[in-house]
Amino acid sequence: MSTMKATRQAFGEALARLGESRKDVVVLDADLAVSTKSELFAKKFPDRFFEMGIQEANMLGTAAGLALAGKVPFACSFACFITGRYDQIRLSVAYSEANVRIVGTHAGVAVGDDGYSQQGLEDIALMRVLPGMAVIQPADDVETEAVVQYLADHQGPVFLRLTRQNVERIHAEDYVFRFGKVETLRGGEDAVIFATGAQVSHALRAAERLEADGLSVRVVNVHTIKPLDVEGVVEAARACGGKVITAEDHSVIGGLGSAVAEVLGEHFPSKMLRIGLRDVFGESGSPDDLYRKHGLDAEGIARQVRDFLR
Amino acid sequence: MHPVSPGTPRADAARIAELEAIARRMRVDIIEMLEKAGSGHPGGSLSAIDMVTALYFQVLRHDPKNPARPDRDRFVLSKGHGVPAVYACMAEAGYVSREELATLRKLGSRLQGHPVTSFVLAPGVEACTGSLGQGLSVAQGMALASKLDGDAFRVYCMLGDGEMQEGQVWEALMSAPKFRLDNLVAILDYNKAQIDGFTRDVMDLEPLEEKLCAFNWHVVRIDGHDIGAFLRAIEEAHGTKGKPTFVIADTVKGKGVSFMEGQVGWHGVAPKREEAQRAIEELKG
Repeated sequence: MSTMKATRQAFGEALARLGESRKDVVVLDADLAVSTKSELFAKKFPDRFFEMGIQEANMLGTAAGLALAGKVPFACSFACFITGRYDQIRLSVAYSEANVRIVGTHAGVAVGDDGYSQQGLEDIALMRVLPGMAVIQPADDVETEAVVQYLADHQGPVFLRLTRQNVERIHAEDYVFRFGKVETLRGGEDAVIFATGAQVSHALRAAERLEADGLSVRVVNVHTIKPLDVEGVVEAARACGGKVITAEDHSVIGGLGSAVAEVLGEHFPSKMLRIGLRDVFGESGSPDDLYRKHGLDAEGIARQVRDFLR
Repeated sequence: MHPVSPGTPRADAARIAELEAIARRMRVDIIEMLEKAGSGHPGGSLSAIDMVTALYFQVLRHDPKNPARPDRDRFVLSKGHGVPAVYACMAEAGYVSREELATLRKLGSRLQGHPVTSFVLAPGVEACTGSLGQGLSVAQGMALASKLDGDAFRVYCMLGDGEMQEGQVWEALMSAPKFRLDNLVAILDYNKAQIDGFTRDVMDLEPLEEKLCAFNWHVVRIDGHDIGAFLRAIEEAHGTKGKPTFVIADTVKGKGVSFMEGQVGWHGVAPKREEAQRAIEELKG
């Protein structure tokens, strides 16, 4: 059994480690430190942790002010709550070019039982449209650790999207994160699956199933959704005969599926299948049941790819 | 100290008279700027200018020759539409040329219709504002950074009365006392009017002093056109430990130009050439 860990957990651990070497790192949370795992930083560095209460808008502005005065703030909440304070992100953070790391945990329907109100399903779309805003979603705990280290020195605002649920480790310990570059995890020529976050390990499992059916499917991890690696995306699409699938626990409108479609539409028109939430709200249910319903697990991805290639 | 500002609210009568003279010139510059731009917000620029002048040339520690010095005081203009008041002072202090003022709101100008951070670290344009209600949170973040760095600098934030209706302002009013930010001063340019009418009719703020006291701010109420009173309020803020200070400054919209004073209609309309000439004659008279 491979290692399973939630990327929010890996984030909290990495952040607490980063705090040791980087005194300019500060962390804010809006009464969800226990859930976002920023509490791991808070316990070690109480002077550099700001509990903002349930005031996400105020938290974002405060983070912008800290950044404009030279600090490196990580502002944490659930993805839907934090990106819901859009005007603050748009003006105080993005337009001010403030070095804020906006951390949204509890991405997607995999939040599960709590239902739609807690499930971040539009956040990639909202963040992607802002000039200068980087959007990063790591696929496992190892990648999350590498991303947090990277973010200590990245210039400009960033949205970091993390899972509530455990995800399978797919990277070796010595993994090197390359911002803005896609990562090919598995070769293949019949089709390519561009996956992000929790869907990366599911896509790898799906590719294994498809191999048994005689289909050679490439799997590409898109950890940096913005800026999207145009060259890498086009190259993979070309190598796979213009048969392109995207997989994400997010709305297919404006998310990874849209981002890939935009790039390929301009540079290498391809036949596409976008797997994700198809213009519907989330709902209560177990994460497994919800992934089955929306075809976001390995079996669902494999089935849809099979149909797509038929 | 720096040539443009002694960096202290302590000023004698002669110095206050100098500041009043600067503010009169700034009013002329605001009118000229807006007339050339053909749009903008005279009412709220004129109501703020006495206090912005006092901040720029007396209170704030800043240096146009070394704008990035880390220990500079910060000034966030949360009521971003009042930025012509800041631009006038920026030109007077040497952050931009006087000629550049004529480019306000024109394509390619660094002087955008509302404050932007991107071109110079001058007081008043260190945060992007203009969507109302956001500046006090940003100022709070700067004040927290200052505390982490051993009270390196002070932070001032000017709000408009209309924007006090925004929920985010009250979030920041709740949080700044929690963090004991005695290095933060909020200043309300209480000119009593907003786009749709008088503030008391649109969404009344009163009783404001009681609300702010209940939120655990140190509250001072002054006439925002009395520079001496404003400087004394700032001095009082500096002497107040353990909590932030809120200066309620009663002002007159369009102050200094008779036909603009107290008129809701001059919130967001630029003077035409003849109107500008009349205004400037009055101001110079």
